Amino acid sequence: MNKVVADTAMSNPASIHKKRSKTNWRDHVAGYLFIAPMLIGSIVLILFPIIASFFLSLTDWNFVTGFGGASFIGLDNFAMLFNDPVFLKGLSNNFILLLVVPIGLAISLVIAVIINKGVYFKDTFKVVYFLPYISSTVAIALVFQVLFHPTSGPINQILMALGVENVPGWIASSDWSLISVMIIIIWTQLGFQTILYLAALQNIPASLYEAADVDGASKLYQFFKITVPLVTPTTFLLLIQGFVHSFKVFDLIMVLTEGGPANSSTIPVLYLYQQAFEELKTGYASAVAVILFLILITITFLQWIGQKKWVNY
Amino acid sequence: MSIGLRLKMIKWPKLLATLLFAVVGLLFIAPFLWMISSSFKVEADVLKFPIEWIPSQWNAVENYKEVWFGAHSFVLYYWNSIKVAIATTLGSAAFSCLAAYAFAKIPFRGRDSLFLIVLATYMIPPQAIIIPQYLIYSEIGLIDSHLGLILLNCFSAFGTFMLRQFFLSVNDEIIESAKMDGAGHFRTFANIAVPLVKPALATYAILRFIWTWNDYQNPLVFLRSDTLYTIQIGIKQFADAHGSIYSLMMAAAVSAIVPLLIVFIIGQKQVIEGIAQGSVKG
Repeated sequence: MNKVVADTAMSNPASIHKKRSKTNWRDHVAGYLFIAPMLIGSIVLILFPIIASFFLSLTDWNFVTGFGGASFIGLDNFAMLFNDPVFLKGLSNNFILLLVVPIGLAISLVIAVIINKGVYFKDTFKVVYFLPYISSTVAIALVFQVLFHPTSGPINQILMALGVENVPGWIASSDWSLISVMIIIIWTQLGFQTILYLAALQNIPASLYEAADVDGASKLYQFFKITVPLVTPTTFLLLIQGFVHSFKVFDLIMVLTEGGPANSSTIPVLYLYQQAFEELKTGYASAVAVILFLILITITFLQWIGQKKWVNY
Repeated sequence: MSIGLRLKMIKWPKLLATLLFAVVGLLFIAPFLWMISSSFKVEADVLKFPIEWIPSQWNAVENYKEVWFGAHSFVLYYWNSIKVAIATTLGSAAFSCLAAYAFAKIPFRGRDSLFLIVLATYMIPPQAIIIPQYLIYSEIGLIDSHLGLILLNCFSAFGTFMLRQFFLSVNDEIIESAKMDGAGHFRTFANIAVPLVKPALATYAILRFIWTWNDYQNPLVFLRSDTLYTIQIGIKQFADAHGSIYSLMMAAAVSAIVPLLIVFIIGQKQVIEGIAQGSVKG
């Protein structure tokens, strides 16, 4: 913007006044016309709804009684939610789910380091590890439903052939359903994380490793003392993105377990959907939406603070 | 030490690591391989152990015929998904591109605060607004329509932000000289600026296409009629109808995944680099 102003100022001083006012008028109209579709769409379909969510969460509206039967009930929905065992179970499940992020990041950093320097056919490996990330989650969930079948699924057949006595019940067992979900999330996100780590590794100067080689530092030592610290910004970014993603895992759980058995794999987004579109409790479900929104805003806020910290270095 | 050094020069460790990594990679995509192989089998062989990676009895034609031309025909679901994904991609790319250009290159009053408004929508998770969106749609009659579904994903802060970054790197002098030649804002945008950010636009379009294609929640909430279902809902319908016939389910899963894999493999450089750049930049 500054540059445009400077350019105008440098042109012939005699015509400057007339030209500038004319340009400005044109610029304003053009600017508004260019952003109009985006701005109107965002306001109507995104900004207004988020405000409406807050409002709805304070009412007892449900689709059955309609808007006429709704009344303002203050924070009652929130009080009810924090006494709702299914919601609380979902919330604690979601926090357990966050574990997939550090585990996935550790694996993907190792994969990225190996792909970066240690192997031929780099591009092929990139594509291979990326496949699950772009595949349809619904289809993946259906495939894993069969793979994880407790008695005749291939995974348990392999485990039994390897001599495991008590094979896990996977998605059919309330002890293992959340773990099954976590394994699939790690598997699908690994390619994405690896790609970002690969990009970060490009930015580490080779001279650092050469100097370490001269000093006789082992590869393992170099990994922990050079690679890990220098990819921290990426690690932080992926950690935040992963946390945010963990709160949005709807498709996978909906198709794989529907939150079961016995709510052992439910999370708030799933509960929101069930309350809103199966139980038709609009107000109550909106309270879940508000809590979800507040959690994600908090995570985003942490990201801002963290990023500022890195800019200062 | 010297032996190790010489080995390193002929890169034996790298070759060995490649082979080892190839095995790990195969294990990694084993679920896909299992899915594809099962989709070719007769039902009785699907859960046989040890796993027959290459089917002994082929039933591919029958399985895929049921998926594509049976009671829940994938032809219709595909057609619906293609319509929705292409329209969403075009709409979203156009709106984001126009706004991104204005936010980067046209000086107008209130530009920075309006940009903040658009950017703020980036932080709002889609699930937190799905109920009011549903209510708005039932008021204006957009429930159970492709138009409604398309509009939901047309206003992307991510796309606007990403494309703005690329427009910012377009040299101002090029834009200025186009204006000197008497080109209006729209002609400058369409003839000069957009061609310069084409690679970024292609990346965004491919990503948006993939995301829309894979979207499950919006079609689930906003569509009612079987004839409008997209592929993700369709495959679930098909699975519910053939729940215990795994060979058919796998043929359906392959049909849902493989065409997208082809799009990805064709555009892999754009997608992978785009994701790396887009996310790192913020």
